[in-house]
Amino acid sequence: MSVKNDQPDMNRRKFVGTTVAAAGAVVVAPGVLLHTVAGADPESRGASAKHRWGMLIDANKCAEGCSACVDACNSEHGLTGHDRPATDAQWIRAVKLKDNSTGHINRLVMMCQHCEHPPCVDVCPTGASFKRTDGIVLVDRHICIGCRYCMMACPYKARSFVHEDLENQSVNAPRGKGCVEGCTMCVHRIDRGETVTACQEACHDTGHGAIVFGDLKDPDSEISQALKSQNSRQIRADLKLNTGVRYSNL
Amino acid sequence: MSKMYYRELYCGTPVRYWAGMALLGTIVAIALGAAFYMEHNGHWVTGMTNQVVWGLPHVFAIFLIVAASGALNVASIGSVFGGPMYKPLGRFSSLLAIGLLAGGLVVLLLDLGRPDRLIIAMTHYNFKSIFAWNIILYSGFFAIVGLYLWAMMDRKANRYYRPIGFAAFFWRLALTTGTGSIFGFLVAREAYDAAIMAPMFIIMSFSYGLAFFIITLIAAYMWGDRELGDLRLARLKNLLGVFVGAVLYFALVFNLTNLYVTQHHGVESFILLNGGVYTAMFWIGQVLIGGVIPLFLIYSPAFDKARWAIAAASMMVLIGGFFQIYVIVIGGQAFPMSVFPGKEVLESSFYDGTVGAYAPSLPEMLLGIGGIAIAMTMVAVGARMFKVFPESLEDPGESA
Ligand code: SF4
Ligand code: SF4
Repeated sequence: MSVKNDQPDMNRRKFVGTTVAAAGAVVVAPGVLLHTVAGADPESRGASAKHRWGMLIDANKCAEGCSACVDACNSEHGLTGHDRPATDAQWIRAVKLKDNSTGHINRLVMMCQHCEHPPCVDVCPTGASFKRTDGIVLVDRHICIGCRYCMMACPYKARSFVHEDLENQSVNAPRGKGCVEGCTMCVHRIDRGETVTACQEACHDTGHGAIVFGDLKDPDSEISQALKSQNSRQIRADLKLNTGVRYSNL
Repeated sequence: MSKMYYRELYCGTPVRYWAGMALLGTIVAIALGAAFYMEHNGHWVTGMTNQVVWGLPHVFAIFLIVAASGALNVASIGSVFGGPMYKPLGRFSSLLAIGLLAGGLVVLLLDLGRPDRLIIAMTHYNFKSIFAWNIILYSGFFAIVGLYLWAMMDRKANRYYRPIGFAAFFWRLALTTGTGSIFGFLVAREAYDAAIMAPMFIIMSFSYGLAFFIITLIAAYMWGDRELGDLRLARLKNLLGVFVGAVLYFALVFNLTNLYVTQHHGVESFILLNGGVYTAMFWIGQVLIGGVIPLFLIYSPAFDKARWAIAAASMMVLIGGFFQIYVIVIGGQAFPMSVFPGKEVLESSFYDGTVGAYAPSLPEMLLGIGGIAIAMTMVAVGARMFKVFPESLEDPGESA
C-alpha cells in the first residue's frame, strides 16, 4: 500500500506552481485585463491531511441484481433522474465484467476513484475541480463553468454533467445545472465526523458487505487492515493515479 | 512593386452591403436563439450526453479556432518571409484571423454549461490546465494581431511592423499547439494519446486558414466589384495544394503510427475500418472531399486559372477539414474508453464498453453556423471601417 506518499514533494510542487504562475502573469499582461491567481489552494478548504479517505470493494461480494448502494447514493444526494439514462447523473454504477482469457464473470461498482493525482483536477481551467487534503476529489459548483474537460480527462467516466433543471435538491449535496459533479465520498458525513458512506451503509444493511470505507492513513482502520491482509488492485493502475478506491477479487 | 492603395469596402451600392449584413445578422440572431434554447432547457435537448460530452459546437469552435491561426499565414508570409505577392493581403489576413477566432470562441463560450460565468473563466486560473493557458493564448492573439493590423495600417507604427509580425507568427504557432494539446492531455482516451496531435493541428490550421482566406477574398472582391489578379490567386492556390497534401500526409502518418502501437489497434480500426459513420467521414469526408478532390482541382492543368475550381477546392478543403475535426472530437469520444482492460463489459447502466451514440441536434448546428456568420460579420464590418482591402489586386506585372 503506498499511502505514505500521499502528498509527494509538496514544496517542489508549490515552487513549480509559483514559477508557472509568475511566468503566466507576465504572458497574460497584454491580453487579459482581469486576472487573479486561482484560490485553488486545497489547504484552505477545511479537511485534514492526517486522513486519506478510501474504499475497498470486494467484487466477489457485490451481488447480482442488487442496487442498494446506487439507490442509497441517489437518495442521499437527491439525484433524481428523468428516465434518460444517457444524460441522467450517475455517481455510482454497477458493472458486470467477463474476463477475456478465463471467462470469469464478476460484478463491481464504479464511482469516482478519488485519485491521488487526479487528471480531472489537472485539466480544470478554473480550479473548480479540486482535491482536498484528505484525498477527496470534489467540484466546487460555484466556479465550475461547465466546460466538461474534466469528463474528457477522467479515465473512469466517473463524472456526470447536470443536463437539466433540478428539483427537490438534497441539503447534503447542493447541485447546479450546467455544472459537473461526481461521487463526493459523502463528504457531508465526513465533515460531520461520521465515517460511514451512504453506499457502504446500504451495502452492509443488505448483508453483502462488499464496500469498506475508511481512513487509509490510520493503520488500525478496518480498511487498512483489510488492505494489509488481502490482495487488492487499482483499476487502470497503469495510469499511476494512485486511486483511493481499491478492488479485491477482481 | 507598384504602390498599393487601400480603401474601405463599399460594395458599389449601400443596398448591396447592408443586404449582406442583414443576412449575416439574421444567422447570428438565430444562433443566439439556439444557444438560449439549449441553455434554458439544459444540454439534454442537444445530442450531447455523459458519454459524448463535447458535441457539434466543439467541432465548429475548434475548426474556427484552428482556421483562425492559419488565416494569419498570408500576413506572416508577407512580413516574416517578405513575399511581395502576399504583403498587400496582410491586412485582410489579420482581420480574418481575428474574426474566425472570435466566431469560434463565441461558439465555445455559448456551449459551456455556465456561459454566464465567463468572468470566472477570466479570473480563476489553474495554471496546470492547458485550457487555462488557451484562454491566455486566445486573449493574447487578439491583442497581438490587433497591433499587427495597426502596424500595417498606420504609417507611424510602421517601424514596429516586423517585430510585431514575428511576435504574431510565433504566438499563433503557440495558439494552435495549445489547441491541439487539449487532446494530447487526455491520456485515458486512446484516440488522443499521441504526441503528433499538436504538429498535426498546426498543419491543419495552415490548410483550413488558407482555404477560408481564398474563399473570403474571392467573395469580398466580387461583392465589392474590385479587381483580383489571376497570378495572385494562382500563388495562393499552389500554396493551398502544398498544405492540403501535407495534411493528408500527416493524417496517414498519424494513423499508421497509431497502428504500430498495439494498444491503439482498436481505435485505429474503429476509424479506418469498422467505425460506421466515423469511418465514412474519415475516408469520404476527410480523405476524398478534403484531400484528393481538392488536390485534383488544384493541380490539374484543365482548371489552370478557373476561379470556380479554386473556390470549389477551397470549399471542399473546409468541408473535409470539418469532417476531420468531427472524427477527432466526436469519433474519439464515441470509441469506448478502456476502463477495464482485459475484460468484456456485460452490463453497465453507464454505457461502459459500448460505442457512444451521438446525433447532432439542430440547435447545435445553428449555433455552430452562427459562429461562422459572426466571423464573416466581423470581417465585413472591419473591412468597412478600416482600409483593409487594396483597391485593386491586379497582378503586379499588369499595373506597373
Ligand atoms: S476518478 Fe475521475 S473524477 Fe475521480 S478523481 Fe479520478 S479523474 Fe477525477
Ligand atoms: S466542467 Fe467544471 S469542474 Fe470540470 S473542468 Fe470544467 S470547470 Fe472544471
